[in-house]
Amino acid sequence: MKKSICLYFQVHQPTRLRLYRFFDIGKDSHYFDDFANRTILKRIVQKCYLPMNELLLQAIKEHNGEFKVAFSISGSALEQLDRYAPEVIDSFRRLAETGCVEFMCETYYHSLASLGSAQEFRHQVLKHKAAIEHYIGVTPTTFRNTELIYSDSIGAQVYDLGFKTMLTEGAKHILGWRSPDYVYSNDLKPEQKVLLRNSGLSDDIAFRFSDRGWNEWPLTAGKYLDWLKSSDGDIVNLFMDYETFGEHQGQECGIFDFMRALPGAVLADGGFEFVTPSAAAAKHESAGDISVPHPISWADEERDLTAWLGNELQQDAYNKLYGLEEKLSILNNEALWNDYGHLQESDHLYYMCTKFFSDGEIHKRFNPYDTPYEAFINYMNVLSDFIIRVNNALAEK
Amino acid sequence: MRVLMFGWEFPPHIAGGLGTACKGIVEGLAHNGVETLFVMPSASGDEDQSCTRIINASDVPVVDIEDTVEEFIERIKVIKVDSNLQPYYDPEEFDSVLEQARKHRDTDYRLRFGKKFKFSGKYGANLMEEVARYAQVAGTIALENKDGFDVIHAHDWLTYLAGIAAKQVTGKPLVVHVHATSFDRGSDDMIDSRVYAIEKSGMEQADAVVTVSDLTRNIVINKYGIDPSKVFTVHNAVDFSGRENLEVERGVEDKIVTFLGRITFQKGPEYFIEAAAKVLKRTSNVRFVMAGSGDMMTRAIKQVARLGISDRFHFTGFLRGQEVQKMFALSDVYIMPSVSEPFGISPLEAMRSNVPSIISHQSGAAEVLKYALKIDFWDVDALADDIYALIQYPALARFATAQGFDEVNELKWNGATAKLKKVYESVVNK
Repeated sequence: MKKSICLYFQVHQPTRLRLYRFFDIGKDSHYFDDFANRTILKRIVQKCYLPMNELLLQAIKEHNGEFKVAFSISGSALEQLDRYAPEVIDSFRRLAETGCVEFMCETYYHSLASLGSAQEFRHQVLKHKAAIEHYIGVTPTTFRNTELIYSDSIGAQVYDLGFKTMLTEGAKHILGWRSPDYVYSNDLKPEQKVLLRNSGLSDDIAFRFSDRGWNEWPLTAGKYLDWLKSSDGDIVNLFMDYETFGEHQGQECGIFDFMRALPGAVLADGGFEFVTPSAAAAKHESAGDISVPHPISWADEERDLTAWLGNELQQDAYNKLYGLEEKLSILNNEALWNDYGHLQESDHLYYMCTKFFSDGEIHKRFNPYDTPYEAFINYMNVLSDFIIRVNNALAEK
Repeated sequence: MRVLMFGWEFPPHIAGGLGTACKGIVEGLAHNGVETLFVMPSASGDEDQSCTRIINASDVPVVDIEDTVEEFIERIKVIKVDSNLQPYYDPEEFDSVLEQARKHRDTDYRLRFGKKFKFSGKYGANLMEEVARYAQVAGTIALENKDGFDVIHAHDWLTYLAGIAAKQVTGKPLVVHVHATSFDRGSDDMIDSRVYAIEKSGMEQADAVVTVSDLTRNIVINKYGIDPSKVFTVHNAVDFSGRENLEVERGVEDKIVTFLGRITFQKGPEYFIEAAAKVLKRTSNVRFVMAGSGDMMTRAIKQVARLGISDRFHFTGFLRGQEVQKMFALSDVYIMPSVSEPFGISPLEAMRSNVPSIISHQSGAAEVLKYALKIDFWDVDALADDIYALIQYPALARFATAQGFDEVNELKWNGATAKLKKVYESVVNK
């Protein structure tokens, strides 16, 4: 049997908050920095989404459908694309029409709802499923949670929502001696297949590709193929942010040339085939259950939740936010639900991370704030206004 | 490694922060295996000499020494003694110091060879003359101890001439330490040109210049024209050993936001007042305190009255000794909105007292304090927002307090002086 290569790209853009001072509380309830959101999105559309979609489409045509990839596009990203760059949605649709591209489901708001509230989680998963059907025209059957957050019980919830395959991180502390290059199954729901990211080979592309200090620089398709061949398992799962291509790794470093050459090189070898996550789950037997009692993620060295919930500031913001759920559930107010969703985006908590040193570099790259304090204060000011609106709406009812 | 160090004061008798820093430095150096010989103009005899030997310049006779020194002294004699010179003091304190100095003024300042000069060691009316006399005596001390040190270290402009004299008579390398510059004492067009001349000369003749922050390093390079390759930043530290935080009973329920320092242009008091007014528009459970005195105090009081917040904004006047500790113990937020601050030790004191601090990016302390909240001094909205957040969001105050406490306890002189030792080594082995 040929070894499987499973490529999955995450598309997400946060709905960044505007500078919101405490004197705005109770006076101005527009929270988002539309200008920054539009400007950043348009830049990424030009540098990454459009050229990379075109590259993938050409690769699929050129290899007669032998090349396959998967996407997950957050609801927040879909909203921004719909508003500022609808041509990108068309281009994703064209990829979907080839039949070689799988679109997965996640939480609509790229949120931590899987940790915060089962009910809210379910709501967002179904909302996202509907959005993918609406925008892309396909019904997702595989699930990837925000930042690949996974635990046995989250997997089980996802299974109950109808997803027989789920993606997560091949975290060393849960794998022990085992390899991420096999398909595993959920400890509570053995029928659910779990695909684990190969972090080394994924990060060679996503983080190290342009690093001239890296002893393997420059990376070529031929060299990468040799590494793929040296893995002993059934499957290599290469999961990464889509913005890797053209945005994090700039066009000038040759990332597009690499991705143009890779499918041909891998297929020419004869030992591999590209698969989508659902096809991988159907093709491979489970190598065993994987036990994950505490949630894991693909972030930082720790592969845990500390990037979002590691300090007291983040925990306070998170608890205040999810503490509102009951009040909101009584209200059938679309504007409030909409803001509530966007305030749940995990990015807002990520900006408050105080792990300055070990993973400081990567945190900095995605952070519009100078310090975690600024991120917290701005967020709490917004949340304070939101809480006032919720209470007012309840009082009126 | 042995150092001949020229200071102006040493605990317990101190008027500014320089003496405290010098004590920390000699103790830290001792820890790093560096011996110091500390010279000061007027020692009282009760200084802690466990880490250094103190030489009292008032005990050293002036002798006729080498020509170079004579010429040098000729040159510095042209610096006229001026009674309005202020090295660090605010005017109010300065007046009282001046009064003291007048009362005890020696009748005759003319000096003959072989006579001792009685230094006041204060920042008094005849400061320029003291600075010049100190340099004369420094030459003698340096020669007498010629075999006892490898490098000369002079703290701030008051001692630069002494450092230069010691270098000229012994040929040993000189390190000058910049704790503050003229530009931190006045705006660009108001600096004292005589002090500036001494500072510049000291930095130029030094083999290495040590600055207390990168902010000060930039001033030394850009405003004094010093070669960047010989200017090194050694951030200040603070010695909290044996210090217990005070427990104080509070009279009011309200949160207290405190500014503590000289009320002068450089400390940015008006930004604090503006921010206070903004916060008070939205909250009522807070009071603001401006502790200290200075030439902008009257203006500050008027500003508070004009903004109509006098019922919530309080002035304490100058605080002494324990009162400072007490003020910290009563505070919920500490603010240092300095326009220009070479380092600024007070937020470290506040954070040690479990008070979260907001400081300006225009302070040297901002370079080392990760867990202080930081704003630009002019950004009153940001300052108000930070104050509001520390009062309204307890998680933020708890986090900043706990992390800040740990952080300042780590800023030890042992680490800072290890860097200083490297600077010494670089000039000695040159």
